[in-house]
Amino acid sequence: MKPHRQQPLYFAFLLHRLSGLGLALFLPFHFYVLALALEGNAELDQFLHWSASPLVKFAESGLVFLLAIHLFGGLRLLALENLPWSNSHKNYAAMALAGGFFVACGFLLRAF
Amino acid sequence: MPQQSSQTILDVVTWIQRHLDAGLSYRFACRVGMCGSCAMMVNGIPRWTCRTHVNKVMRDNSLTIEPLRNLPLIKDLACDMSEFFEKWTDSKGYFQGSTTRHDPVSTLSPNSPQRRVADAATECINCAICYASCDVVNWNRDYLGPAALNRAWSLQNDERDSASAERLSVVAGDAGCHQCHSQQGCATYCPNELNPTASIAGLKRMVAKAYVRGELGAGGKGRQGPESDA
Repeated sequence: MKPHRQQPLYFAFLLHRLSGLGLALFLPFHFYVLALALEGNAELDQFLHWSASPLVKFAESGLVFLLAIHLFGGLRLLALENLPWSNSHKNYAAMALAGGFFVACGFLLRAF
Repeated sequence: MPQQSSQTILDVVTWIQRHLDAGLSYRFACRVGMCGSCAMMVNGIPRWTCRTHVNKVMRDNSLTIEPLRNLPLIKDLACDMSEFFEKWTDSKGYFQGSTTRHDPVSTLSPNSPQRRVADAATECINCAICYASCDVVNWNRDYLGPAALNRAWSLQNDERDSASAERLSVVAGDAGCHQCHSQQGCATYCPNELNPTASIAGLKRMVAKAYVRGELGAGGKGRQGPESDA
């Protein structure tokens, strides 16, 4: 990474962008699974059985992390652009990251 | 080259020109951090070279000095600053008063909230370090950039200025404040510790309010100079 980009709020930008792209790539797959419900119970049940395996649950926690970090990062950006300026945005970005981990770990604990 | 105490990057460049390469081209004027003409990339980070000490930025006993990023190169370390200053003008970054010399002098309270906001953004020395650190400038060559928008924000908060509506239309345009991704490289590397991201966020709020109130003009499509408004 170029030296001028090596600062915390660039990493916050990058994480927000990459998590958004990750979620966008997941969406077609998500809709495909929803469509299975319309096509027949058997296929959906087969998928749900597959998705209950530990590896898929673990991968799903990664997805929850992406969703949570994108949500919290988005809230930080909304605050940045719509509320009076705060000099604590590095702290807010760190809180968004911590919140993402917290939610993902919570999901993982409930999944097993 | 000989190392000295308190040696600056500009000292290094000057030594190279005087002892190694007389044809080396670079730009400087005041040497005390006032004029903003000596900015360069030092080990990949934009810095004002006259106030950057070698011992604070040297890594593994070596320095990489390059011309400022995001600006066309003229020669060696000298960039063409034209587009940087043109964008300053495009964003209507100049004061436009409505009174004449025959009117009484305006009275401004230095403690008014608006004046404090304007003051916080006025110490820009046009060094283009924010411009070089901004990835959005690199992605979108029409983007007005942090310095020009910071200047526009300070003028939007100047109670004496009479071009607020026109300026807001320009900064609300395609090349304006909404392009900013709030990466805050500009605020991180500004040698005068200004915060253009905060100024741009202020412009975004101002634009949103004007839009809701139906006060926003046609807006700028790309870069617009004063001549295009004539």
